[in-house]
Amino acid sequence: MSKPLLELRQIFVSFDGFLALNNLSISLQPGELRAVIGPNGAGKTTFLDVITGKVSPTSGEVLFKGFSLLRKNEHHIARLGIGRKFQSPRVFENLTVFENLALAVSKPKRPLPLLLGRNINRYSDQIHHLMSIVNLQARASTTAGSLSHGQKQWLEIAMLVGQDPDMLLVDEPVAGLTDEETELTADLLKSLAGDHTVLVIDHDMEFIRRLNSPVTVLHQGNVLCEGSMQEIQQNPEVIEVYLGRPEGGNL
Amino acid sequence: MKLSQNNRRLFKLAIGLIITASIISAPAILPVFRLNLLGRYLSLAIVALGVDLIWGFAGLLSLGQGIFFTLGGYCAAMYLQLNSSAELPNGIPEFFGLYGVQKLPFFWEPFKSSFFTLIAIWLIPALVAGLLGFLVFRNRIKGVYFSILTQAALLVFFNFFNGQQKLINGTNGLKTDVTELFGQMVGSDSMQRYFFWITALLVVLAWIFARWIVRDRFGNVLIAIRDDEPRLRFTGYNPTFFKTIVFSIAGGLAGISGALYTVQSGIVSPQFMTVPFSIEMVIWVAVGGRGTLLGAILGAVVINYTKSLVSEALPASWMFIQGGLFILVVTALPEGVLGWFQNDGPKNLLSRLGIARPISTYPSLEIDGKEEVKP
Repeated sequence: MSKPLLELRQIFVSFDGFLALNNLSISLQPGELRAVIGPNGAGKTTFLDVITGKVSPTSGEVLFKGFSLLRKNEHHIARLGIGRKFQSPRVFENLTVFENLALAVSKPKRPLPLLLGRNINRYSDQIHHLMSIVNLQARASTTAGSLSHGQKQWLEIAMLVGQDPDMLLVDEPVAGLTDEETELTADLLKSLAGDHTVLVIDHDMEFIRRLNSPVTVLHQGNVLCEGSMQEIQQNPEVIEVYLGRPEGGNL
Repeated sequence: MKLSQNNRRLFKLAIGLIITASIISAPAILPVFRLNLLGRYLSLAIVALGVDLIWGFAGLLSLGQGIFFTLGGYCAAMYLQLNSSAELPNGIPEFFGLYGVQKLPFFWEPFKSSFFTLIAIWLIPALVAGLLGFLVFRNRIKGVYFSILTQAALLVFFNFFNGQQKLINGTNGLKTDVTELFGQMVGSDSMQRYFFWITALLVVLAWIFARWIVRDRFGNVLIAIRDDEPRLRFTGYNPTFFKTIVFSIAGGLAGISGALYTVQSGIVSPQFMTVPFSIEMVIWVAVGGRGTLLGAILGAVVINYTKSLVSEALPASWMFIQGGLFILVVTALPEGVLGWFQNDGPKNLLSRLGIARPISTYPSLEIDGKEEVKP
């Protein structure tokens, strides 16, 4: 097998003695699509926080393309090629859809190049393409704050794609979306895998099944098991901690 | 629904024309005393532009702009003092004699040069702001803690300047009106007229500069910092540098403003670094309209001019009016007067009163054309 794109080795994260991540080791191959599930408090979001530099682990090592990500700032990690979508949609509410996407696709991200050599229209085609993927063309000059919840989710996904990262970390992309939108989102993420490595965190079992990808189950800060959706569903441990709950653990 | 692009442009153009017309006609109509007041308030518009950049766009509420304002003022005053003390016994400004100082303090030396002074007026405040900003922003101090910190810094500077008689005449400040420039008294009528023109020109230049800053993506990054700074980090931008730069720019503008204000009011003193004055700067911007630039200029000039008129008619009542104005804006016009106009405030008010037709709930979507995506 080729070298993994992202590798977490024996990560511990402790918040005042509470172990949010407990000896977590995961690796992702380039181009892979991976789903991560787990009950509340399993450490899913902390796991993303460690990768993106928001939380630094108590011990352990995070390698991306063979380089350590520890002690790097969030913006630095983002520039290395890791994009993140947040649990609740986070877009810049006072900017228009177009401006939001322009910030994401803009190649210069340092102040001086932005100030001196700038031409927003250079990215116009790319931005219009992104808007057409997520069906927001008609909303180009609407402020993002006045979009519906689902549209904000999609705008954020489009911003993530616009950043053109090697790796996309997607936290609950279908929370609050309609069934139809959920299907479209699943298809979009599947189409992104291959060129990109995609890691999806979600509670929605229908959605995860639709992704048709290997699944990693987190429990109490550690990997409980890995495998296809079918294997996972038959694993007695998983059933006990997660799937056994009413409504498929959709908490 | 907001005003259409065209109306908006017309509206801005109209305001711009009114301002320009009143500035050009002012020297002809106003007596020198009033003209001088107007010039002073115009110079305050420049510091207000800086406040609008950092607060209106990037969301950094600084209560310490007085520091940079005063630094600019001292730079100008030191030059003028030196420039007019050549005939004095020691060749140094007169006040030093009061404290038995024989030799010019070293940091006065470069201010003998007019070239250095012209640079220092904006560069020194900008550097101080940049350094202070960098240390604060790098440690991710924001929101109300940032405001408190800037106010604390203001008090530190105030107390320091107040206590340094032997260096800068302490609490008495430096007078500029009896100094000379190009062989003329700085406080004379003809000089004051020149200063008025220079100030008016610099206000326009500062406005163009500020517009250039917020045009396009740099301005959008500033707004994004205000909206959701952590999100911006994950998009690959480093907010620390953007904030440092814009804070430093605001500092430089404050310095220019302070220098112009000093030469037109005849003195610079630590009184420019009192807490209320720096808070007033924020009020001008809030009343004029945050994030509108033009609103900052209007706010600074109109409020201050009103202040002097009101204070002449009803002494001691101004503080109540100013406080009331601020409360009115915060509660009724959170976007400021100009922001209210731009967002169809008058129409909404009329429709609420039943005079105009209410706006339909679902205005037809403008289908996007490429020319509509301008910020």
